[in-house]
Amino acid sequence: MHAALDRLGRSCRFLWAAWSGLAALGLLAALWQVGHEVYGDFILPAPLATVQAAVAALSRPDTWDIALLTSLRALKGFVAAGLAGGLVGLVAGYSPATLRLARPLVTVLLGVPPIAWIVLAMIWFGSTDGTVAVTILVAAAPVVFVGVAEGVMSRDRGLDAMARAFGASAWKRLTTLSLRHVAAHLFPALVLALGVAFKVAVMAELLANVGGIGGELARSRANLDVAGALAWVLIAVAALISVEYGVLHPVRAEVERWRAAAQPWGVKR
Amino acid sequence: MTAPASLRLLRVGHAYFGRTVLDRVDLAVGASEVVALVGPSGCGKSTLVHIAAGVVEPLRGTVRHSYRRHAMVFQEPRLLPWASARDNIAYPLRIAGVRRAERLARAEAAAERASFDAVDLDKYPVELSGGMRQRVAIARALAVDPDFIFFDEPFTALDVALKRRMQDLVIEASRASRFAALFVTHDLIEAARIAHRIVVLDANGDGIAGERPLPGEPGRRDDRDVFETVQRFLRDDPLFRHIHDVDERKLA
Repeated sequence: MHAALDRLGRSCRFLWAAWSGLAALGLLAALWQVGHEVYGDFILPAPLATVQAAVAALSRPDTWDIALLTSLRALKGFVAAGLAGGLVGLVAGYSPATLRLARPLVTVLLGVPPIAWIVLAMIWFGSTDGTVAVTILVAAAPVVFVGVAEGVMSRDRGLDAMARAFGASAWKRLTTLSLRHVAAHLFPALVLALGVAFKVAVMAELLANVGGIGGELARSRANLDVAGALAWVLIAVAALISVEYGVLHPVRAEVERWRAAAQPWGVKR
Repeated sequence: MTAPASLRLLRVGHAYFGRTVLDRVDLAVGASEVVALVGPSGCGKSTLVHIAAGVVEPLRGTVRHSYRRHAMVFQEPRLLPWASARDNIAYPLRIAGVRRAERLARAEAAAERASFDAVDLDKYPVELSGGMRQRVAIARALAVDPDFIFFDEPFTALDVALKRRMQDLVIEASRASRFAALFVTHDLIEAARIAHRIVVLDANGDGIAGERPLPGEPGRRDDRDVFETVQRFLRDDPLFRHIHDVDERKLA
């Protein structure tokens, strides 16, 4: 009962925090409006007109299919990147030799612009889903890798010794201590990786001409339909926001409950 | 003690990166006996108790024990920051694979034995004071129902009044549960209050320098006895001459 009330309170606080988010978006819309009034309708359509265009687009069923297609591609790549980066990061965190080998590779991977990967993937896989997935994997996995490896390395060895003193096996110590500690480093990396996944998905779709939001953007560009292009951007951002705030942040809040307990009254975020 | 030893260290030695910190240490702790291990700072007491508890593999020598289950209390509480006090106390039971409902019930019982207030059981370690955190650490050790507990300078960071209450708690618990203990401390008063016997580690970790039995039973000695015993040790007994020497360079 008490736990349920506590959870309800936390959920309400989370929803209440949306006001500040709305305020920030309102500020962005105001700046956008100024740009619109200075440069005119052709260069930058009004935010309200764009929102109306997006709403009109969303009333057509095929728009949802397109948005869903891109979201699924982005999520597929995101999950693959999370698993690959997470597993290698875990190994590297425990094995300094692996970490030393992996660090320069990560720098190389992050240094190559995603656009170059798209071109390479198009040559290797043609205009398929594989191109999008591979590009997201290469672009997002290093971020997760660094987060997890840092998490494992910064684990509290005192807690490890405590668990050993109580007879914990290496596996138990990994599952009850290290993974829990890594989660704190993992979530910021996952938020970043998710953003990268959506961006890269749209970019890869545009270049590889495989439909989705990227494909629609390409068509808007061909028709010089600025309002349409902005409407698609809006839809892509809305998809990212709904995944980030609908899935990632609630999970994080559940795992990081103790941090909220450490905050004094009045500064709960 | 003629009864079979609960814990026996045989010619234990250890080195960190080639620097020997312990050598040829022989030590036995009887059943239900509380032994205080003292020695100057940096002489390897902590390493010795970590070896005895199985946290550190000794380089030389062997550790034998006949106790059923051991537990350990560290200098810092070493609590999981993400778990409530209740889950922290239940953590060793979770390692042992005890079912959730049972381990939470046992955690509550252990908290009561450590005089940890039940209303604070759902709080996280960050919300607890230093003394309460150490109480949680003691309750965590008691939760596994051990017949041997290792204490590694557990009360060094606490203030005098709190320290006394924690010592009373340990004395009380050891009398009620009849567990044996190896209690590392550099505070002779603490040793003289809690233990049946004081063992002094050599200043360079080269074996045991000597040992002294303590008169009376822990918990039955009054403050004047304890004070006089310690004064006598420090004034007349050559064994305790180097007990307060500090070589800060050796403090890892």
